[in-house]
Amino acid sequence: MTDIAKNENDIMLEVRELSIQFGGLRAVDELNMKVKKHALYGLIGPNGAGKTTVFNMLTGVYKPTTGAIFLDGANITGKSPVEINKSGIARTFQNIRLFKGMSVLDNVKIGMHNQVKYTAIEGILRFPRYFKEEKMMNAKAEELLAVFGLENEKDTLSQNLPYGKQRKLEIARALATNPKLLLLDEPAAGMNPNETAELMNTIRFVREEFNMTILLIEHDMKLVSGICEELTVLNFGQELCQGETSAVLNDPKVITAYLGE
Amino acid sequence: MKKQKLNNLITLGGTSVLCVVMAVLYSVGALDGNHMLKGMLVLIGIHIIWALSLNLTVGILGELSLGHAGFMCVGAIFGGTVSQIIRANAAECPPGIRLLITLVVSGIMAAVFGLLIGIPVMRLRGDYLAIVTLGFGEIMKSIANNIYLTLDANGLHFGFTKPPENVDEATAKQILKGSIGMQTPQDTNIWWVAAILIITLFVMMTFINSRSGRACMAVRDNYIAAQSVGINVTKYRLMAFTISAGIAGIGGALYAHSVPMITFGKFDYNFSILILVFVVLGGLGSMRGSVIATIILYALPEMLRKVNENIVNARMLIYAVILILLMLWKNAPFFINLREKIKARFKKSDTARSGGAEA
Ligand SMILES: Nc1ncnc2c1ncn2[C@@H]1O[C@H](COP(=O)(O)OP(=O)(O)OP(=O)(O)O)[C@@H](O)[C@H]1O
Ligand SMILES: [Mg+2]
Repeated sequence: MTDIAKNENDIMLEVRELSIQFGGLRAVDELNMKVKKHALYGLIGPNGAGKTTVFNMLTGVYKPTTGAIFLDGANITGKSPVEINKSGIARTFQNIRLFKGMSVLDNVKIGMHNQVKYTAIEGILRFPRYFKEEKMMNAKAEELLAVFGLENEKDTLSQNLPYGKQRKLEIARALATNPKLLLLDEPAAGMNPNETAELMNTIRFVREEFNMTILLIEHDMKLVSGICEELTVLNFGQELCQGETSAVLNDPKVITAYLGE
Repeated sequence: MKKQKLNNLITLGGTSVLCVVMAVLYSVGALDGNHMLKGMLVLIGIHIIWALSLNLTVGILGELSLGHAGFMCVGAIFGGTVSQIIRANAAECPPGIRLLITLVVSGIMAAVFGLLIGIPVMRLRGDYLAIVTLGFGEIMKSIANNIYLTLDANGLHFGFTKPPENVDEATAKQILKGSIGMQTPQDTNIWWVAAILIITLFVMMTFINSRSGRACMAVRDNYIAAQSVGINVTKYRLMAFTISAGIAGIGGALYAHSVPMITFGKFDYNFSILILVFVVLGGLGSMRGSVIATIILYALPEMLRKVNENIVNARMLIYAVILILLMLWKNAPFFINLREKIKARFKKSDTARSGGAEA
């Protein structure tokens, strides 16, 4: 009994029989998944397998047709994206979604939106709380930018950043919301091998520094085998294989799915 | 960050100094020789207030509003009614206090209209706001042209399409006469306009550079990402739209009290578009741009009139050509490249360019 309870407390994210139907297409079918606290967990699979769709359900962008999602023991199924972010999930996007017209620093500060409390009136009339909280935000945002080596570009318009740095900024912005669970959708896409290696270090660092649980989608097998401890492989919306990284990657089913029959 | 702050200070400081200098010159009679400028100053100021308020919706929130004149109209109606009631019932009330009460009421009423329109529309994504505001502006104008208000000893009487009956003829005073409009006390003067303009600019800039303003720009730049970082998008869209409407209403009331007789036909679709043109050509989201564009584009047709009597007939044509050229200058790739080249020559070392919040 105590054993089970303890076990449950170790789980950051639990997904139970999660499915979603788009018209005739069952994009995700009865997915079960448990991500332990502090884990680096990978979600992989061929193109169109339904990985991003899983993220969209986890973050409330799509409402699952059936199934349930638990974050740190709390049922978050069917909540709105805003509520889900407030309960502790932050994400990045496969097709980068930065606030293009705003500076790098402002992008991160927007991530901290719910961590400061001053109201619109206090902001407009420049009450003391505005200055106090803005100062705190600036300091914290700059710290975060430094983690990703973006401190010298804080005033740059985010759309003017090179691709690799845009991806990093998205991670920084997600972290700024102070999440328990970080979802990264293809963080290494479009990066060269050097950048990818650097990114792997950064992801490891983020996990330690922020005591973060990370679930990531990635096609780059070097990154996946390099940093993920556990994997779930999706194929046509269904779980193909699940378990420790090396075991999964050597599973003949997985190899067939990736290479074709 | 430093640079952006400096830019904001320049905009606010520059505009304030300009306002005060103009108001002083006007008050000491230095402009008496220049009738055109003297007549234009108050109107330019009010148009800047309108452009600034619209820029909040279009530039900062990224929503198209085609009925901004509707909110000005609301402000003018409520403002004009309030000031006339005060004039009738409390003649000893100084004009300054009367105008202050008027502006507060008209601002609140226009904001309430903004809120009521925003509540259903701001939940939706897409171009609904443009469609709804377009309708609102036209409806507001038509309603205003058909309202009759009469004040007598028993209070306010309301009539739609015709003056109210059973009024106490002895004490009756017509406040609003449908398409004939209303005769407001001329309480607006250049100092009031200057003060409201400076306050409006201040509010815009502090709003943009605050948590709430950033949230609005985040929604503009990426709706889904804004939600993903926990921003209640509907709340901030409503907030910005309501502020924008309220300030437009205050401008409407100022306008209503700057002319002896106000008719509501002025607040039509074309007028909304005129203000939109100021905003777009000044630069979306750029408050400084709105100020400058309004001054230039408002004064231009009048200037053309003065250059040469023969031009008078062609002046709207020339105005249109200048608008097109300005648009090209801002948006055509050829001119953008040219501008970049010129810029690069002037400041080679300057790499950072702060955008969105640059006001
Ligand atoms: N909103 C939607 N409406 C209809 N079909 C959708 C929708 N979103 C996703 N799909 C479909 O669901 C399937 C899974 O898509 P998804 O984006 O999750 O794949 P993925 O595993 O992330 O692929 P990739 O590796 O290419 O990013 C695809 O067939 C896609 O066309
Ligand atoms: Mg995907």
